[in-house]
Amino acid sequence: MAAAETFYDFIRRQGITRRSFTKFCSLTAASLGFGPGAARAMAMALETKERVAVIWMHGLECTCCSESFIRSAHPLVKDVVLSMISLDYDDTIMAAAGDQAEAILEETKEKYKGKYILAVEGNPPLNEDGMFCIDGGRPFVEKLKWMAKDAFAIIAWGACASWGCVQAAKPNPTQATPIDKVILDKPIIKVPGCPPIAEVMTGVVTFITTFGKLPELDRQGRPKMFYSQRIHDKCYRRPHYDAGQFVEEWDDEGARKGYCLYKMGCKGPTTYNACSTIRWNGGVSFPIQSGHGCIGCSEDGFWDNGFYDRLTNLHQFGIEANADKVGLTAAGIVGGAIAAHAAVTAVKRVTSKREKADA
Amino acid sequence: MTIDESIATDGEKAVQGQNVYVYEAPVRIWHWVNAFSILTLALTGYLIGSPPPSVPGEASANFLMGYFRFMHFAAGQVLAVFLILRLYWAFVGNVHARQIFYVPFWSVRFWKEWLHEVRWYTFLARQPRKYVGHNPLAQLTMLPMFILPLFFLVITGFALYSEGAGRDSWEYQLFGWVFSIWPNSQDIHTFHHLGMWVILVFIMVHIYVAVREDIVSRQSIISSMISGERLFKDRAD
Ligand code: HEM
Ligand code: HEM
Ligand code: SF4
Repeated sequence: MAAAETFYDFIRRQGITRRSFTKFCSLTAASLGFGPGAARAMAMALETKERVAVIWMHGLECTCCSESFIRSAHPLVKDVVLSMISLDYDDTIMAAAGDQAEAILEETKEKYKGKYILAVEGNPPLNEDGMFCIDGGRPFVEKLKWMAKDAFAIIAWGACASWGCVQAAKPNPTQATPIDKVILDKPIIKVPGCPPIAEVMTGVVTFITTFGKLPELDRQGRPKMFYSQRIHDKCYRRPHYDAGQFVEEWDDEGARKGYCLYKMGCKGPTTYNACSTIRWNGGVSFPIQSGHGCIGCSEDGFWDNGFYDRLTNLHQFGIEANADKVGLTAAGIVGGAIAAHAAVTAVKRVTSKREKADA
Repeated sequence: MTIDESIATDGEKAVQGQNVYVYEAPVRIWHWVNAFSILTLALTGYLIGSPPPSVPGEASANFLMGYFRFMHFAAGQVLAVFLILRLYWAFVGNVHARQIFYVPFWSVRFWKEWLHEVRWYTFLARQPRKYVGHNPLAQLTMLPMFILPLFFLVITGFALYSEGAGRDSWEYQLFGWVFSIWPNSQDIHTFHHLGMWVILVFIMVHIYVAVREDIVSRQSIISSMISGERLFKDRAD
């Protein structure tokens, strides 16, 4: 690792032209929602500021975040940002292994104390002292805390690190726990999704490495630039929703016409993500465009909520029941009780009148 | 309050009672505006959750869900404004205007009378007592079964509304904290929906009891919510 090397020095060394570099700056500035002036500011920052080191760690996860990341659409982002990170540490894709790899962590911790970014994919299981996820001979939770201590900020990649995801599904035997419940004293930026969109991931990394600060976060700790609107708000099938035109069955006329998937349990109305604007695989498509409802993979608890239920099923009522079933049952019982009560009232009235008449 | 002892002329033992002014105009206006808004909200809310079969034709020529949602939001805003006014009236109005917002659980007399009401409704007591305002059972039911669920619906309703209005809307400024409790708004939809059923069950019982009391208990009930006056029809008790 070269000391005090700038991002620009680094990519030039990788054989990237200045022209490509400025292109990258304007593309990224645009995807982050900045005005035209920002591209200059970005270029300036990348040319003059010391390159920010990134450490990428893996806990309980499936590596889909990494898979997504390396498929980022802008070729420069893929090559540049990824190589910039892997150079430091990413146990899945770096060349180093074993002690050599662990040494990189020590070195980064020392050299970039309080300055490096810790990107975490997956989460630590806390049950049995963290024994369900061992990394480098010790529980991942210990390694996480150890690396987090000297980090500048933490990126929680994906639904695992942000919310828990499938390994935290009820009853969560390993007690898989999202990062923000384990690390309490560092700024944490959540980038949820299973996986998150590649351009969102590279956008976040680029923002932090460029400006040396976290992007503006919302109440849930997600970057506002990508997570402040729902899929439903920008869905291209929205006109069919507003009109009241729905797919009622998977292969019906409505499905062929591309109607709204609300009745098929689409979670677009409750899911904050950028799929309906940025889309996937370089803007080719996204789930709703290919005819399936959104499953809400960037939302807390999506793994337990049922992919095809727009409202959460209420397990408290013994069998699975939805809000309408519970409500109708209650209304039915109460209605029956009212009818019975009215009947008794009527009988009582008649009999008490008779008693009075007899008296 | 004394009940006038003039003897009625019809065969029944009815006694000419005295009228007492119970529900002031703001309470009555609120009651009916509120009832109307809630029926609109429940109907449109249900249709938002379970839309009718697809409409034919171009998407651009239809706006069915849009209208349901518009009616829901408009009725929701009306309901919220009147609820605030009603809350204000609880402070400046007469004692009966306060009744539905609290339960005097510290009062022994309240519980005694409550027990009597329970006995009356389970056919154990032969005669209902008469109350100028709400009876204790009604008062105890109104708070958990109506007032609290209503506040819950308004709060979650505005939180859901803020999702469409955007993160910079006043709705989000005021009600965004709901998303700290339930980060996934799917849960808020579910609870908002369940809240509707709580209120609907309340309304079923409420209307039944109002009609029944009106007939059985020899005091004016339904007309009290229109004229504001409670008329006691006989002097027993
Ligand atoms: C959406 C439907 C309704 C709701 C939510 C509702 C709610 C309420 C509430 C909250 C009160 C207490 C008023 C206060 O003290 O400020 C009340 C009183 C009353 N409501 Fe309703 N109401 C509804 C429909 C009706 C209908 C249809 C009737 C007539 C059959 C009715 C008859 C009455 C009467 C008579 C009272 C006064 C009870 C008493 O004298 O103690 N309500 N209602
Ligand atoms: C008595 C009061 C209310 C009842 C019974 C009621 C009922 C409902 C129901 C059943 C739904 C459908 C939920 C679902 O399946 O997703 C709903 C949705 C909604 N309600 Fe209410 N609601 C009430 C008050 C309010 C208020 C005061 C507001 C605030 C303006 C509000 C705003 C909303 C919003 C924004 C939605 C979501 C609509 C959408 O998904 O596009 N509601 N309501
Ligand atoms: S398909 Fe889903 S996200 Fe799109 S409009 Fe319908 S409900 Fe909303």
